[in-house]
Amino acid sequence: MPSLRDIKKRIQAVKNTGKITKAMKMVAAAKLRKAQDSMMKMRPYADKMRSVLIGLSEGVERETHPLLAVRPRKTVEVIVMTSDKGLCGAFNANILRAAIKVIDRLKSEGLEVNISTIGRKARDYFKRRSIQTARVWTGLSGKIVYSSAQEVASEVIEGYTSETTDEVILIYNEFRSVIAQKVAQVKLLPIEPPEEDEDTKALAAGDYLIEPSEAEILNRLLPKNIEIQIFRALLESQAAEEAARMTAMENATKNTKEMVERLTLQYNKARQAAITAELMDIVGGAEALKQ
Amino acid sequence: MEEKIKLDIVTPYGSVLSEEVDEVVAGGSEGEFGVLPGHVPFITTLKIGMLDYKKDGRTFHVFVNSGYAEVSDNNVMVLADSAERSEDIDVERAREAMQRAEERMKKEDDLDFVRAETALERAIIRIQVSEKARSI
Repeated sequence: MPSLRDIKKRIQAVKNTGKITKAMKMVAAAKLRKAQDSMMKMRPYADKMRSVLIGLSEGVERETHPLLAVRPRKTVEVIVMTSDKGLCGAFNANILRAAIKVIDRLKSEGLEVNISTIGRKARDYFKRRSIQTARVWTGLSGKIVYSSAQEVASEVIEGYTSETTDEVILIYNEFRSVIAQKVAQVKLLPIEPPEEDEDTKALAAGDYLIEPSEAEILNRLLPKNIEIQIFRALLESQAAEEAARMTAMENATKNTKEMVERLTLQYNKARQAAITAELMDIVGGAEALKQ
Repeated sequence: MEEKIKLDIVTPYGSVLSEEVDEVVAGGSEGEFGVLPGHVPFITTLKIGMLDYKKDGRTFHVFVNSGYAEVSDNNVMVLADSAERSEDIDVERAREAMQRAEERMKKEDDLDFVRAETALERAIIRIQVSEKARSI
């Protein structure tokens, strides 16, 4: 039976933890709002880019452009995107589990797999398991800048054009809603010409005066499209991470409250037991004196 | 002349500008071009440079960091890596960037040189844009 003092100390400790998790939840909520905001802001850019790309790539032979050309798959690069920081529930575990599954499947097909990681958690995970990684990026989270997406994109594109890799897959957490994240997998390269849908209507390339030339513009737009996809993934992942952290911290706060309740009950019981014991002592002493 | 052009400048960080204007002049990769209401549909890539637009008799300047422009139905849509209105440019920062770039260019490293060169170009044009706006 722990002493009264021990229980009291314990209650205070748990309460303090609760304060910290509550503060973290609040911080995550603020960051989430910011991340969602940046996601919204880049949408018009991405949408417009898509519609131009659809229009332009219609008239182009796939084989003529190095980023559109489909080669027989021999080496596949898998980019795993996690967070830099922990304490966000199953956020990273989900991604890593999905990544391992994908990697195993590709390997079972007899393909060579190069693993690249974005985020400290992915790097550490593969390092601990002594799995070799090809490229490693960390510290991209926080304030996400477009230039980090450009950096990643240029290396990925270089790997593809130099035929070191024949396909590039990106695995990241997609932001569905504040309470739901979903592991998403996109093929970055070779570029699949985007399909037309209701949101983005194709731009009819024939109606336009194009300068310098269709091919020239495509040359600049295709790498840009990859940058945009990576940038979007970074933003989505960030928002999803903060959402996951918010939920995790909310649960943690709830748990501390339950624990405090349980400990208080235990404390009161112990206190009562102590009082009863004392009373019995006094009564016993008085009885002894009487005799 | 009642017709106006809708000018939109968007970057990955959000919309920089969305206004009804009278005239747009921008630097395409094949040379400068002007847009007045009723321009033919037109797509071009842009280089790092200045975009001017006129509105109610005043001229405004915007720094545009490469991208491309689409003109159609009196709409000018500019997609740029980054863009800043002349009054939003941080001249101090641009000057610092210019110095850094110049120093880097002195070291003879081919890969670095190209990057420093574009950084220098960006910085110089930023300064130009902001100075031009102030001289009016």
